[in-house]
Amino acid sequence: MRNNVYIYILCMAVVTYLIRVLPLTLIRHEIKNKTIRSFLYYVPYVTLAVMTFPSILDATQSPISAMIALVVAMALAWSGQSLLLVSVLCCVAVFISELFLI
Amino acid sequence: MKSHKSWYAKGMRDGIPIALGYLAVSFTLGITARNAGLTAFQAALTSFSTNASAGAFVGFTLMAQNAGYLEVIIMEAVANARYLLMSCALSQKLSPQTPFYHRLLIGYDVTDEIFGVSIAVPGKLDPFYTYGVMTLAIPGWAIGTYIGVAAGNILPMRAVSALSVGLYGMFIAIFIPPARKNKVVAGLVAVSFAASYIFARVDGLSKISSGVRTIILTVVISLAAAILFPVKSEEEEAAANEE
Repeated sequence: MRNNVYIYILCMAVVTYLIRVLPLTLIRHEIKNKTIRSFLYYVPYVTLAVMTFPSILDATQSPISAMIALVVAMALAWSGQSLLLVSVLCCVAVFISELFLI
Repeated sequence: MKSHKSWYAKGMRDGIPIALGYLAVSFTLGITARNAGLTAFQAALTSFSTNASAGAFVGFTLMAQNAGYLEVIIMEAVANARYLLMSCALSQKLSPQTPFYHRLLIGYDVTDEIFGVSIAVPGKLDPFYTYGVMTLAIPGWAIGTYIGVAAGNILPMRAVSALSVGLYGMFIAIFIPPARKNKVVAGLVAVSFAASYIFARVDGLSKISSGVRTIILTVVISLAAAILFPVKSEEEEAAANEE
């Protein structure tokens, strides 16, 4: 049986809102526990890295074009380019490399 | 002391580049939604109600797998955990006298970009500045998602393939700059890539769904890092201020 899309969306919206609004409304002092602070500091980077690789390799028509996009994006991000530019040129890298690959 | 009106106008100005960026990036989110079987309306509703990139992306991926609601709830919490920290920082940026309803409204749209510009204003944050940014950013994100689903159908396979990496590009743009400045973060990215690859490709481990894999690896790797390399609060603030 297929789950209801609107219940999925409701779950996502409620959880996301609570995460954002609870600290703003409840916590008015700084979190002191160093381990919790450190854990929360590292979480976004680890999550995004885990979600990016190796999933990116399966996102395109060829793992080679995806690999090229990965390298291009990492180089651009390393050199401090904006989120938008990294994202767009990542797409361009796939488009151009697939002209030769496929 | 600026008026609420001039803060709102300033927020709208700063919201223009954010909204344009959102239009482009959420277009690829729409493609992910379409692949998960959502209609343009459902995808735009998701964008309008969550205002999240990674969170919505994870949600769509789980929907495509017909995952359980509990898994979706847990994964949303994990994927959006960074907003918890951002909101903590933002709570310090608001004057303690800021009324409750302003806190409820700002909490609706704490994204990487809106957090970035809001935390960077001089002095305490006037909520109307953030509302100005939100006025353009929220429609930008939702409309881009809608177009992504609607136009994704008419785009050639080559273009869809290219746009499918857009969100990954965005993720990379979020975690690479801190990795450049912080050797621990750089090491964590490398460890995360390797561990994720092993979980995804090795027989037996690859039976674990990508959602559960993300939860397990995130908690284990981040916790190990927190214990081995506790962060000084100045580092956190420096990183947060640059986003």
